[in-house]
Formats: sequence, structure tokens, C-alpha cells
Amino acid sequence: MRPLIEVRGLRKDYRRGGDVLHAVDGIDLAVMAGESVGVIGESGSGKSTLARLITRLERPTSGGVFFQDTDVTGLSDRALRWFRREVQPVFQDPLTALNPRWTVRRLIAEPLKIYGERGAERRVDEVLRDVGLTKELMTRRPRDLSGGERQRVAIARAIVLRPSVLVLDEPTASVDMSARRALLTLLKRLQSEHGLTCLYISHDIRTIEETCSRTIVMYRGRLAEEGPTTAVLDSPSHVYTQILMSSIPRIDNATAQQDRPRARPASGQQQPDPGCLFARRCPRALPECAADPPVVEVTPGHHAACVLAGRASRPQ
Amino acid sequence: MPGLDIDGLGISIGNRNVVRTVDLRVKPGTCAGLVGQSGSGKSLTALASLGLLPGAARVIAGRVLLGGREIVTPDRDRTAEVRGSGIAMIFQSPRTALNPVLRVGHQVGRVLRRNGQHGDPRRRCIELLAAVGLFEPDKVARLYPHELSGGMCQRVVIAMGIASEPQILIADEPTTALDVTVQADILDLLDDVRSRTGMGMLLISHDLGVVAERCESISVMWQGTIVEAGTNATVIGSPRHPFTAELVRGLAHLPETGGLPAQSSSAGPADDPAPEAGG
Repeated sequence: MRPLIEVRGLRKDYRRGGDVLHAVDGIDLAVMAGESVGVIGESGSGKSTLARLITRLERPTSGGVFFQDTDVTGLSDRALRWFRREVQPVFQDPLTALNPRWTVRRLIAEPLKIYGERGAERRVDEVLRDVGLTKELMTRRPRDLSGGERQRVAIARAIVLRPSVLVLDEPTASVDMSARRALLTLLKRLQSEHGLTCLYISHDIRTIEETCSRTIVMYRGRLAEEGPTTAVLDSPSHVYTQILMSSIPRIDNATAQQDRPRARPASGQQQPDPGCLFARRCPRALPECAADPPVVEVTPGHHAACVLAGRASRPQ
Repeated sequence: MPGLDIDGLGISIGNRNVVRTVDLRVKPGTCAGLVGQSGSGKSLTALASLGLLPGAARVIAGRVLLGGREIVTPDRDRTAEVRGSGIAMIFQSPRTALNPVLRVGHQVGRVLRRNGQHGDPRRRCIELLAAVGLFEPDKVARLYPHELSGGMCQRVVIAMGIASEPQILIADEPTTALDVTVQADILDLLDDVRSRTGMGMLLISHDLGVVAERCESISVMWQGTIVEAGTNATVIGSPRHPFTAELVRGLAHLPETGGLPAQSSSAGPADDPAPEAGG
């Protein structure tokens, strides 16, 4: 089976003064139709840039983005019209993503209008119901909605054209715990009912745990670990992922906190060292980390770019 | 060190009672947790204890005591005397808590000067920045907030919070905007300060996980009242209020805990937007 979305050797540099920041530093990724893949990592790891490159909101410095085997990397905005319809972004903060002066009805109908769809009114009703909102909200404006309702409107806007792919950048960051659960239930249902392919970008590991079958861990623009969600999150192989996972507050973790492996503080400069980028913060760094880390296949389909991957002693 | 007692506190906005009969106790050297959804009144309770309620909100019942002394009642506000050295607060968003046009060192120094601390404020400032785990504190002191990451900003805010050596530190969602790794470091740092100085801490969060991991006692707030309070073990182990039970279930939903059901039944139907207590 061919992947629905594929990125090859993707890179994005940002120039800041004389410095070059490698936001995305050589990522390869293939997403199959109907699959749901999570991307986790700290802020600054390049997850959002990756999302913006895949949705072609930005052009990569090098490398390619392929959708249904078509290279969309260099396409003009006009040539991208069909692609934009198929691959829809959902942004982190619906309050800034939605026009504050528009009503819910107009917000959801806009994509239909842009693509000249008939029967917009009926479709808007249908989608509103699909995301669990009542008709009374049609005439409201974003600021008169709760955080959860706003994000549902953003999702409605994204699915109204029946896309095949959703790229969700921190979809649950703007809502609190109980609204988050309802939102995740909704997303999972939409995913299975409409056969959507989803890419979740989130630093909230619980969101990824709930929704994604495969997970990718990014660190400073590179792929640290990748594999089935349960494998990556339950038995992380990269030291960075281990630290990430043990940092999540858990009810049964109170006593474990003292022995938690800690990352060393990152110094201010982000100039890449040669070798493993995490080595400077890694509590278990070895001399061989000065060379580029090998990509180790821990179990079939589960890879980690760490010399310690697959070796026995895990700090727990 | 004196503790903080909140005793039957009531707050209204206009004629709406937004906080009703809230009792909370922070013993010296301990950490008390307050959890609840946004809009449940957690932050108002904290702000009232510092006399920082926004314009429309008023204390209408109860009192706040610091070391047995009344500092807030419906008709009296003595918080100005205790703010800083008695009670200090760390706010959720470190970027808005810092002044964007002043250097970090200047802002920390200002707290030191206001509290009339002895010694060289510049040296003390560097010490504080080092104490909160900032790398190259002398360099950080010369930077502006926009030159720092979110985690570094929050460390600076904590340095300002503990600069006055408060008896009580109120931390309102101190790590909500941060990555989990940074969150764990910041919470470690607060634990460390607390055990070193004997300061009491009130940790406010919407995340039960954070509170469960760090606090001896937990109070759960829902729609303006405390619906459940007790030791960490009782609240987490046998939650009695349905809202607490829902929070505990939400956390238990993690694979590492093993035998728990993969799908808890009460997640609420997807078609039914969750109760999102206003604002």
C-alpha cells in the first residue's frame, strides 16, 4: 500500500540575524490512509513547523511533501487548491484562528463558498450536528462560545469539505480537562466514521495516547523515536523519551518522583553540536554520543536514534 | 512559620455569588492542592487572599488569616502589610507577569529593594536566579523577558516570588503553559524551596495529576464551592464527589497503570459538549 502522505528529507531553516535555526532538520515520514499519527516533543522541537510544512502553509528549505504520490512541494497557490481541500489544518487556539466578527454559520459555510459547493445551508446544519453543537449556536460569535465549543467550530470548518486528512496542531491545548476528554471522544468518532487520516501535533502526551496508533518523538528538529504508540510511550527507548514520559504527573507517581531521570539544563545557545543533539542534556551520555546516533530498530517498527536504545538498563 | 487559613470565604461579582463558603488550610512547610475547572473560583480565592480581586469582585463573607491574624474580612483588607513577605504569588502566565521593557535583574532587584533586604541586592539577585536553576545567572539578569524561553521566564517569576522569603506561596497554575519536562523541574524546584525554608504552599491547578503528585492535602473546587477535601490518599483513593471521580478517572486513563479499563464508560457522549463552567 502506498502512503497517503509522505515527507522525504524535509528541512526548514529560519534565519535569525546571523544565526540559522534548523527548525525541521531532515524528517522522513509516511502516513497511510486511515492512520492516525502523533507527533510529540517539547516546545521548540519543530512539531508545529512540521505541521505547517505538511499542510504546505510554508515551503520547506529542502526535501519534499507528497500527497497521493504527487509532489506538492513546489506547487503554486492556484495549483494547490485541490490539495488544500483534501488536507485541512486545525489550529491550536480557535480564538485567534476564527474571525471574531463572523457568526458560527458564516465561519462554517466559508469553505463551501470558496469551493462553490451547492446546498451549503444543509451541509452546515449537518456538520454542526456532527461535531456535537446545537443549532442555537449558529448566530453566535466566537467570543460568546466556550473554549470547547470554539474548538468544535474550528473542527467543523475543517471537515465541512470532507477532506481526507486533518492536521491538528495542539487541538486540546485551549480547553480544560473535562472539555478535553469530550473533544477527544469527538475526534476519535469523526476519525472512524469518516475514515479520516489524522496527524496530531501535541505536547500533551495523554492526547496522543488516546488518539494515535503510531507516535513520533521529535527533538530539536530531528526524529528521536518512532513506533507504535504503546511501544513508544510504555517502553521508550531513547533517553529523551524516557525523561519525557517520566515527567508526566501521575497519581501513582508521587514516590517515583525522587528517582526520576532528569535532563540537564539546556544552555542558552542552540548551535547544534556534532553528534546526538540531546547529548548535552542527557544524563546517560557516553563518549560515542559525539558521533551521529545510529537508528536502532528496538522491535519491528519501533526505531530510536540513540546509542542506548535496546540496551538493557532503563532508569526507572 | 505561620500558616494560612481561609475560613468560610465568599466572593461575589455584582449580585452573583461566585465563591461560597470556601475553607482551606495551608500548614507551614506543607503543600496544599486546589483543583477545579476553569471558572470554578480557584483563582478568585487565591486573589482574595492577597487583596488582589479584580474591580467587580468583592469579599462578602468569611475571612483569611495568616498565622492566626485576620488579613481579609468583608470590611477590612490588611493584605498590603503581608503581601510579599507574608504571602507571595506566582501567576500562570510568566510572560504577562514580567515587565517586557525591564531587564530581568532589575525586576528581581525591585522585589528585594521593596522588601528592604540587607546585603548587596545585585549579588542576592544573581544568587536567586541561580537558586531557581537558571544557567549563567549573571547573563540572564541582563536579558529582557522576550529573550528567555517560557520555562526560563517562569523560573524568573519564581525567583521574584521567593525573593521576599514569604511564609506562604500561592502558585496559580505555575506550570500550565510549560512542557512536561520543564513542569517537573519547576515543581521540583518549588518542593526544594519549601523544604529548605519551611514556607507553606498553595498549589492551584486544573490538572489533578500535578496536585496528586505534589500535595499532602487536596481540595476540589466545583462551581464556586469546595466539594471535596482531605488527604491526598483519601481524595485520590476514594473520591466521593462525582466531579472528583471523573478527574481521577481521567488520569487513570493511562496505559502504564495497567489493569484499568481502556474506555471508562462515563466519558460523556460525544454529541454532548462537556459542562464547561463559563469562562
